[in-house]
Amino acid sequence: MPVPVEQYLLLGAVLFVIGMLGVLLRRNAIVIFMSIELMLNAVNLTFVALARHLDSLDGQVFVFFVMTVAAAEVAIGLALIVAIFRSLGTSDVDDAHMLRG
Amino acid sequence: MATLVWLILLIPLAGVVANLALAKVLPKRTAGWLATAAVGVSFALAVVLFMQARGALKEHAFVTDPLYTWVLIDTLYVPIQLLVDQLSLLMVLVVTGVGFLIHVYSNGYMAHDEGIRRYFVYLNLFVFSMLLLVLGANYVLLFTGWELVGLCSYLLISFWYTDPKNAAAGRKAFIVNRIGDFGFALGVFLIWTTFGSLVYTDVFEAAGTATPATLTLITLLLFVGATGKSAQLPLYVWLPDAMAGPTPVSALIHAATMVTAGVYMIARSHALYAAAPTTPLVVATIGALTAIFAASIAITQLDIKKVLAYSTVSQLGYMFLAVGVGAYVSAIFHLFTHAFFKALLFLGSGSVIHSMEHAAHETGEHIDPQDMRHMGGLLKRMPQTGWTFLIGAAALAGLPLTSGFFSKDEILAQTFFGGHTLLYIVGAVTAFLTAFYSFRQFFMVFTGEPRSKAAEHAHESPAVMTVPLMVLAVFALGAGLVFGLPLENGAIHHWLEPVFHDVLEHHEGGNPMFLLVISSVIALAGAGLAYAIYVLRAADPEALVARFAPLYRLSYNKFYVDELYGALFVRPFFALAAFLAFVVDKLVIDGAVNGVATILRLGSIVLRRLQMGYARAYALTMALGVLILVAYFLSGGF
Repeated sequence: MPVPVEQYLLLGAVLFVIGMLGVLLRRNAIVIFMSIELMLNAVNLTFVALARHLDSLDGQVFVFFVMTVAAAEVAIGLALIVAIFRSLGTSDVDDAHMLRG
Repeated sequence: MATLVWLILLIPLAGVVANLALAKVLPKRTAGWLATAAVGVSFALAVVLFMQARGALKEHAFVTDPLYTWVLIDTLYVPIQLLVDQLSLLMVLVVTGVGFLIHVYSNGYMAHDEGIRRYFVYLNLFVFSMLLLVLGANYVLLFTGWELVGLCSYLLISFWYTDPKNAAAGRKAFIVNRIGDFGFALGVFLIWTTFGSLVYTDVFEAAGTATPATLTLITLLLFVGATGKSAQLPLYVWLPDAMAGPTPVSALIHAATMVTAGVYMIARSHALYAAAPTTPLVVATIGALTAIFAASIAITQLDIKKVLAYSTVSQLGYMFLAVGVGAYVSAIFHLFTHAFFKALLFLGSGSVIHSMEHAAHETGEHIDPQDMRHMGGLLKRMPQTGWTFLIGAAALAGLPLTSGFFSKDEILAQTFFGGHTLLYIVGAVTAFLTAFYSFRQFFMVFTGEPRSKAAEHAHESPAVMTVPLMVLAVFALGAGLVFGLPLENGAIHHWLEPVFHDVLEHHEGGNPMFLLVISSVIALAGAGLAYAIYVLRAADPEALVARFAPLYRLSYNKFYVDELYGALFVRPFFALAAFLAFVVDKLVIDGAVNGVATILRLGSIVLRRLQMGYARAYALTMALGVLILVAYFLSGGF
């Protein structure tokens, strides 16, 4: 018995909200980063589920784009985090607030 | 022939370029002789051209092929093209001839000046500009030359610019000329809109097609330009101040050539002036009024150059009187003779000033070397300068048989026979004043006892200065006899006849001999009065001054015209400038700019609280924003 599409969508929404809360509530840059990845993959799940449901390849193609961009983002983001850690001695994002107005 | 014309024009310009390019190589004294040679060659070529052209020009004027099309926009066509006819050729001969002598003289006068190279560069540039002015075959080239001579005049008046007085005099000349040039430019614009061309030949052929009102407006606007450049009422005020420049400059620019540009321009445009109904009378009246006004100031001045400056204004008035009454040939004749005797007088006064300065330096006296009260008895000490100065003064006074006598008398005769009796009387009175002040000056400077130690120790200037004086004296004495006889039918009249044949009026029935006698009597009476007062001491000058104190003060202070202009124009202008600077600019414009900045600054104090620096806060804001948008779209837009 196939799993109905609504359940996939619900799972995607739950994962997205978990990721978003992680971004908003955690202060460690690495954890925030992982939360972002979670949000991206929640969206990917939604894309794939809908692609299957609508019998269209568009959503699957989008997922590949998202994964490619996410891979690039990881490379740059981790490099930035390392650079911030080296200069500030911490990876706490609240300590990096030099651009306050 | 065309090549020759271009060479005459361009060789002085080549002198400028050469002197600038070789500034590092040539010694300073050589710069002067290089510039002199350039003008000398130009003059020699002009003489050659004159010889060649004598026969050919009788039929029609010669216009060179366009060297270059300067402007071609739709129908606006301005070619770089030169016009050679009897009028422009005569002007070229005067400009290069007198210019050459003054260049030679300047080598002596400016010998010890630091800026001698700069001086000669300006002087050569002036000769080029003046030649462009007289040779150009359209109004744009005339205007270009007109502005360039104005520039050179400005540069040379304020030549010794370290003295603020000289710089101010240069500025005054420049600004007053701007006012006239504004009118002139408007006149040129109007010519273009009326006739659709700026080339002389087209404009003059079509002169009859314009309405009288348009012609009057065009000619009056051009005349406004002439009053500026040629120092007529009401724009003459810059010329007396222009004496701040080196004396040879006063001779070349502010007596012999540039200031006569207005007369040349009107003579050139005679087709327009003759066809305009009221302008000639205006020109003649302004001319006559300027003549008597300036002469009445000249009689009391004590500065040797100021006397000559006012006499130049006065003599230019005669020329405008002449063109106004239609006596174009007489005007050019007077321009011609005036160039000689006035250049002679200025160079003579320069020689006197030069020697007074040196003598004052030697004796350690601190006197104004231009003040005639410190002179006296210089004829014995500076015979060459003195005797040539006497010839110049006689020509200016119009003593019989000198050049000034013939040309001035012709103007008066033409005025009289043209039916302008009132203008004739004004001219005759001016002639009396002229004779008086020119001999007053001669007697004060050259006769009697020296009135200062410097005058006692004055000695003759070097030959490089006195030889040009002698050459000019020959012309000042003989130009009238050679070119002006028989009366109104002499060589110069035959020469200029083809240019003015369409507008020449012959006043029949009068007896010029009768007027000639009157003119002679007037000139002799003026000179005699000066002799009686300043040599015989028949009446003490001091007593006369005391007796006519109010009149004397009026004349000595130049009728307070400078003060009047100061109160009417200059001070209101400064007040307006101050208002614009300190009220409009400081308060309104700066206020608006600073006000905008203040509003932004105050606004930013509030808004920059949002930029708190915590990345998570930004993320929260964004998430909330997304939530609101999602809610908005899901609910179908509230």
